[in-house]
Amino acid sequence: MEKLHSVLAGAAALSLAGSAAVAEPAIIYDVGGKFDKSFNESAWSGAEAWKEEAGGSYREIELQSEAQREQAIRRLAEAGNNPIVMPGFSFGTSLSTVAPEFPDTKFVIIDMVVDQPNVRSVLFKEHEGSYVVGVIAAMASESGTLGFVGGMDIPLIRKFACGYVQGVMATNPNARVIQNMTGTTGAAWNDPVKGAELTRAQIAEGADVVYHAAGGTGIGVLQAAADAGILGIGVDANQNYLQPGSVLTSMVKRVDSAVHAAFSDGPEMETGIVEISFAEGGIAYALDEHNAPLISDEIKAGADSAIEMILAGEIMVHNYFATDSCPDS
Amino acid sequence: MTALPKWADVALIPAINLVLAFFVSGLIVMWIGENPLDAMTVMIKGSIGSAYGWGYTLYYATNFIFTGLAVAIAFHARLFNIGGEGQAAIGGIGAALVCLHFGWPHWTLAFPAAIVGAAAFGAAWAAIPAYLQASRGSHIVITTIMFNFIASALLVYLLVNVMKAPGQMAPESRGFPAEAHLPTAHEMLAWIGVSFPRSPPVNVSLLIAFAASALVWVLIWRTRLGYAIRAMGWSEPAAIYAGIRPFRIIMITMMISGGLAGLMAINTVMGEAERLLLDPVQGAGFVGIAVALMGRSHPVGVVLAAILFGMLYQGGVELEFEMPAVSREMVLVIQALVILFTGALENMVRAPLERIALMFR
Repeated sequence: MEKLHSVLAGAAALSLAGSAAVAEPAIIYDVGGKFDKSFNESAWSGAEAWKEEAGGSYREIELQSEAQREQAIRRLAEAGNNPIVMPGFSFGTSLSTVAPEFPDTKFVIIDMVVDQPNVRSVLFKEHEGSYVVGVIAAMASESGTLGFVGGMDIPLIRKFACGYVQGVMATNPNARVIQNMTGTTGAAWNDPVKGAELTRAQIAEGADVVYHAAGGTGIGVLQAAADAGILGIGVDANQNYLQPGSVLTSMVKRVDSAVHAAFSDGPEMETGIVEISFAEGGIAYALDEHNAPLISDEIKAGADSAIEMILAGEIMVHNYFATDSCPDS
Repeated sequence: MTALPKWADVALIPAINLVLAFFVSGLIVMWIGENPLDAMTVMIKGSIGSAYGWGYTLYYATNFIFTGLAVAIAFHARLFNIGGEGQAAIGGIGAALVCLHFGWPHWTLAFPAAIVGAAAFGAAWAAIPAYLQASRGSHIVITTIMFNFIASALLVYLLVNVMKAPGQMAPESRGFPAEAHLPTAHEMLAWIGVSFPRSPPVNVSLLIAFAASALVWVLIWRTRLGYAIRAMGWSEPAAIYAGIRPFRIIMITMMISGGLAGLMAINTVMGEAERLLLDPVQGAGFVGIAVALMGRSHPVGVVLAAILFGMLYQGGVELEFEMPAVSREMVLVIQALVILFTGALENMVRAPLERIALMFR
């Protein structure tokens, strides 16, 4: 987090020091709500961390319906909030309409590119992080059968799945990855019971490591994996602590640092596309006391060398968004 | 069948229910440490205190009029269509296909075509549960709610695999061409020289909603078909004795109902988003049930109840913005209380009122 923060904040911090009147920043949570134990909650904890550190205050709005997107962005911009942070790709279309109307306000969107001079688009390279946890999963698996549980079948989740499968296949070409999606409505992000059910079905087919990218549903995935004595892999936040000893690792996506950095940079922030991966510390595989016994030296060496090769450009992990398709599946 | 005069039934009881709902909401607002009168002022000023507020209130109301009428017309045949959510989503697919796949020269041509597309898709989606009810006796409540999930699954599949714009991350269709954009109130009022704020999404669909309400009134109370629908609703054996075929009435009523729900999509898909999104219905299918209950299944009541719910939606956003202590869930609680008092607890007010009315007879 510190590392990413310094990268993003570096230049802006200098200019910020001069300006006395700092506008209140704001954050808009998507229809899913802020306490989703996952993406939005991570954004919220970044905002809270900033509040504690900087002693400032911020505005927040949780959307109730799609039609309120533009309305909420406009309302905050008109009220002088700056910068305005939106975690979630769904804000893309609305923001590209509203951003030109408020050229003096800075906007930050996470997981989506909005090509406007006053917008910072933060992209996480989830496919690279998923590749590395795929490598770890394939090395830890004894059966050669691995599982993936997604929330809803949307392109972003296919991006996670695609990177994971590539990492698994690169490590063990004979492996098999079973992929399931939880549901077709927004409820799929918060259905731990169904997540556990899918996990048990995958276990019955021989899976012994299951990776989830399913928000709150993942709690059930990790629980079912722990109950059956196999390994789960967490996502977004470090979820190793949820089932100590049964969570192999977590694909950490530091949405909180992105929000924190945006709030700290303030109205003078640099805009443009910010891509975040291993080098910036915004993507990582989690290693702590809860999973230390599970990650052998050999696995750690394998994962670290995969990261090095990705950073050096020797491994090019295919991004699902580039072609709307996945080479391995 | 009731001791109450008609005006009390249609106006007094809903009004008392509303006052009670707001009173309990006020207690809750007070309990979280805010001033209930201030909260009420924010909600009312935010929803109908300005042209901007009206613009959003009427936009939401447009959705609720369509879904409310859909539920209301089915109620007349004693059919409980709770599949408005799915029918509207499928109607959205219909409207989007019409807008995307033909090169329309002008919105005046695209609009009627999209109306037909949205209504036809919504009606077709309602026809399947209707057939299962009419010929197999599968209960319409169960089948329509299950069809909501199937509709949602179909929509996700189409948006992710078929209709998604290439190179786009979000699961949404590509934007409709400019010729298929509906004029908003801002543009329409500019034609007659009235200025209206640009941002509210209320559009020409509102007029279609009013027209649909009038047509539903004519259909129910001034046509043979409407008579048959009501006869079916009051007593199926009597209707059969009178030569009315239940199969035919169930199919027709449900398809009209589904068509009305599907029409909602012209407002959200064509009028507001100008593309097909993952959730084009925004819960309006279920709100329609409350609207129909509160509006006593009468088109005028449905329109008034829809505007009230539009106010609750728009006022709720303003409340959340102006009073940070009032969270999204609090706004939901207030909306739920209104539904509870006006829909479910209606008899709580009706029974004492009837007793009073009898005393003065």
